[in-house]
Amino acid sequence: MSAPSLAQACAALLRRDLTLAWRRRGDIAMPVLYALIVTTLFPFALGPESALLQRIASGVVLVTVLLAMLLALDALFRSDIEDGSLEQLVLAPQPLALMLAMKILAHWLATALPLIVVAPLLAGMLHLPAAVMPVLLYSLLLATPLLSLLGAVLVALTAGTRRSGMLLALMLLPLCVPVVIFAAGAVAAAQQGLPWLAPIAWLAAALVLLLVLAPLACAAALRIALDA
Amino acid sequence: MSKWIPLWLHKLGSPPIFYRFAGVLRPWLLTLALLLGAVALYGGLVLAPADYQQGDAYRIIFIHVPCASMSLVVYGVMAFASFLALIWRIKLAEVVAMQSAPIGAAFTFITLVTGSLWGKPMWGTWWTWDARLTSELVLLFLYLGVIGLYHAFEDRRQGARAAAFLALIGIVNVPIVHFSVNWWNTLHQGATLRLLGPSKIAPAMLWPLLTMMAATQLYFLASLCGRVRSDLLDLESGKDWVRKLASGSRGP
Repeated sequence: MSAPSLAQACAALLRRDLTLAWRRRGDIAMPVLYALIVTTLFPFALGPESALLQRIASGVVLVTVLLAMLLALDALFRSDIEDGSLEQLVLAPQPLALMLAMKILAHWLATALPLIVVAPLLAGMLHLPAAVMPVLLYSLLLATPLLSLLGAVLVALTAGTRRSGMLLALMLLPLCVPVVIFAAGAVAAAQQGLPWLAPIAWLAAALVLLLVLAPLACAAALRIALDA
Repeated sequence: MSKWIPLWLHKLGSPPIFYRFAGVLRPWLLTLALLLGAVALYGGLVLAPADYQQGDAYRIIFIHVPCASMSLVVYGVMAFASFLALIWRIKLAEVVAMQSAPIGAAFTFITLVTGSLWGKPMWGTWWTWDARLTSELVLLFLYLGVIGLYHAFEDRRQGARAAAFLALIGIVNVPIVHFSVNWWNTLHQGATLRLLGPSKIAPAMLWPLLTMMAATQLYFLASLCGRVRSDLLDLESGKDWVRKLASGSRGP
């Protein structure tokens, strides 16, 4: 039996993960519902004054999306560890980093994309001006893959542990401070009518860097966490 | 292994030899650290003149600045030991990296607390979202993440390797903390001490500060020796040399 080509292997893994995600559509809806409910709580807590909500809208949406992704990250490798398919992936002749990149891509498509789709709704609930909406979407489009990539490395590190939920938050949140700063900075600049391209460019640069490095780091972390 | 590394350095990597070495070193380091610390405190709290603007409140720098510098130095030590542990799987390097983390976290915590105590009378606030303060807080979280990850594993060596990897990822924050006062112009003052060129501080205040920095470094080494010794005993508890030590006969 000849080994499949690299592109075939990537496509097969992507198709498998997306099929698995589609079979459990309820799980995809959970982060979206979570983000919706958290955003709804803010007007109750702070009062429905529209000037205040407008000012905090972008920050609230960004942090809510970040937390929703954090909750979903835990599941990135869990089912694969339980049924042993992750070990098969480590043993496969294809480069592990590339395979993990495909898994991260599938996870991003299944969890972050729905969140980005509802982000305008969340921002609208907090009266974010429509003119700023595209900037919010750009920054989310760049920030969410960054979080997925960073998170995947840390999830891989905790793969060998039993209780990883709170630990993951403790490890991930300090590392994603710059992402939040630049993403929120872009939207805040746009809201004040200032040029917002510089923070977006920083995010894009960081994304390019992590696209190369994070899968490699993820593979190294997984090897550390799995060799018992 | 290449020839340029002397043999005694290889030998030092073995737990029983390092255990004895650290045991000999530790009292000297601790005595020297306490002595220098006492001299520096006398120089800083009694001999140094009061500041013309801040009065006596500035004297907290004799604690704050050495601890702040140690919070970064200890991270550097931890990251270097982590690197050694990941590449060559040296057991001693894993222990050194993991035992550095709580000491570094303590130094970072002291830095934040003393800075906050000084900030209330001087800046009028306990805390501000300034670049230096925030990045130092992130450093504390990184230390806590490393400690948490280490303890989350059942197998301690595996936990040490995973936490070492996290320590290496987190090292991007160290230059951010160090250069934050140059990169962002915020409330925290810029660098006063310089390696190159004259420092912007009066000599009567400078020498206690430098002495205190030396004292904290020695204290860190002494504390590390002690922690590594007890952790080695725990880790190697099944081995022959520990059993001999515990049964009271002279060690190997």
